[in-house]
Amino acid sequence: MNTAIDSGYNFAYLDEQTKRMIRRALLKAVAIPGYQVPFGGREMPMPYGWGTGGMQLTASVLGADDTLKVIDQGADDTTNAVSIRAFFERVAGVETTTATAQASVIQTRHRIPEKTLRADQILIFQVPIPEPLRFIEPSEEETRVMHALEEYGVMHVKLYEDIAHHGHIATTYAYPVKVDGRYVMDPSPIPKFDNPKLHMSEALMLFGAGREKRLYAIPPHTRVESLDFEDHPFEIQAWDEPCAICGATDSYLDEVIIDDQGARMFVCSDTDYCNSRSEEKA
Amino acid sequence: MYVAVKGGEKAIANAHRWMADRRRGARDQRELEVSQVQQQLGLAVDRVMAEASLYDPELAALALKQASGDTVEAVFLLRAYRTTLPRLAETLPVDTGAMRIERRISATFKDVPGGQVLGPTYDYTHRLLDFMLLAGVEVETDTPAPQGAEEGLEACPQILDCLNHEGLIEREEDDGSEPYDITRDPPDFPVDRATRLQMLARGDEGYLLALGYSTQRGYGRNHPFAGEIRQGAVEVEIEVEGFDGPVCVGEIAMSECQMINQFAGSGDTAPQFTRGYGLAFGRNERKTMAMALVDRALRAEELGEPIQSPAQQAEFVLAHADSVEASGFVSHLKLPHYVDFQSELELIRRLRREHAERTAATAEAVSDTQAASARPAPGDGDKADPEKTQAKNVQENVR
Repeated sequence: MNTAIDSGYNFAYLDEQTKRMIRRALLKAVAIPGYQVPFGGREMPMPYGWGTGGMQLTASVLGADDTLKVIDQGADDTTNAVSIRAFFERVAGVETTTATAQASVIQTRHRIPEKTLRADQILIFQVPIPEPLRFIEPSEEETRVMHALEEYGVMHVKLYEDIAHHGHIATTYAYPVKVDGRYVMDPSPIPKFDNPKLHMSEALMLFGAGREKRLYAIPPHTRVESLDFEDHPFEIQAWDEPCAICGATDSYLDEVIIDDQGARMFVCSDTDYCNSRSEEKA
Repeated sequence: MYVAVKGGEKAIANAHRWMADRRRGARDQRELEVSQVQQQLGLAVDRVMAEASLYDPELAALALKQASGDTVEAVFLLRAYRTTLPRLAETLPVDTGAMRIERRISATFKDVPGGQVLGPTYDYTHRLLDFMLLAGVEVETDTPAPQGAEEGLEACPQILDCLNHEGLIEREEDDGSEPYDITRDPPDFPVDRATRLQMLARGDEGYLLALGYSTQRGYGRNHPFAGEIRQGAVEVEIEVEGFDGPVCVGEIAMSECQMINQFAGSGDTAPQFTRGYGLAFGRNERKTMAMALVDRALRAEELGEPIQSPAQQAEFVLAHADSVEASGFVSHLKLPHYVDFQSELELIRRLRREHAERTAATAEAVSDTQAASARPAPGDGDKADPEKTQAKNVQENVR
């Protein structure tokens, strides 16, 4: 995989000063878990909204001896994951892998791998809208004050309204969490199925929002609670059937429509998890 | 089957080859040269330079060619290149008062020191398609060179400065503070005027045009007059160690618009005209006029005007002005969202199941009590709440 590094650019594309600026912001983010740190985000040669925040973080923490894994929707072979992995192969020349266990840095969009992460791994999330309060209060000026004053009542009101209207909390992804008992944080649009994996994780979790120029972090062993009510406790999605390929009953399943009569099958969204289980069985 | 929903490296490579083929067009046509774009599609080149914040006509022309003429894509290409450039020096503020004037008009005075100079413009052309151009008639014979003046222009002082002498217009002064750099620092709302102007200068022209237009139609009206619009070349200067004065490192074309707007004043200060300002690389007259209108609208708070319209709301206007950010985030909806959509499918199926159960239970209860009385059915919590549905839609659209 070690293709020649594109000579026109610095290692991992960003110049060293920019990387240092981002690493400083990351240190602050680690020191204040769940707090959104503004950073001088740069344009990347990929469009905003396609993972430029995650890529800048990856570029900043990547070393020559790292092994990188990139997933989108849990899969290594979705088009954008392929594109981002190819980018870092080209500009950093690092080893890449699809095996969760072999990666030291994992960039992800919308999923946390099923396999429990270790202390020597970093998970980097691509974040579209870092502000959990944004859909309640559109103004950044206001939401910053709300965070400063821990004014999170509106978030509970929103969840309560869901229950009043639907009988359930109708947020199924990007489900808000409270980090270390202080900041309410958007875990990025991962399904709420993945929220429990944020809690007391061994691995460092970094979140990058390129267009909004914000980054934040959950350091290892940090309390992360999904917001809920005593009489409506947080619960995760469950499926009536196992993965059609590997038979897993504990993983997040994607629904695949297999004919024009509406017939469908359910398969693991985490392709590495599914493959390694299938191989074990074989 | 499972593989069908995944894309691969091969698919991407082939898609790019196909696009390159489309860009090239029929091979019996001569390939478009970058220099032709630069020379003959100059206004497109100027727009790309302005919105990319990089003055390089040749590379802007290359970006346009590479993007098959898609301005937003070309701006993105040039912007992405811009980030990789080292910052060698900081220029001194350009002096637009010393501009080598090519065009200079004022809508507020019939005659002004230095005179009105119409310059190259599409204004006053009759918008009739010129079929001679379609026929490809040779330029040399049919497009005569413009006729220059016999003598050079007199000095063209800024027209607004003339009002300045009388104190009729608010004075703009350099307070010497280091301006914020929007290309290096994250936005931190609320932002000051210098920062706002930077953001507007690279804002999408169509977006600024619509917002500026909205102020003219009453959404944040600010009674503008085009005090002065000028275009031409300005010198770019830097300080170099070992030299006494500033050193000119080249000239760039710029457009500038100074709007004169209705008064401000209070018990303490006499009424004065206020200003809106627009500045852009190249020949970008429409952009600078729109920018000046929006700049003035955004000064509402500072001038004590009620903030009631979209063009006056700084965070709204500025956070959505950049076409690179906007097009990126809108286009990301093309990326797979299977996982999140699956979560929504699971929920909506559950909600519908529960709804069906409740409806059945209610129907049973009603038929049981039918004989007793015609009591209305128990409160139905499932009626669609329009407000709620809307909020949900918003969230779905954003993810």
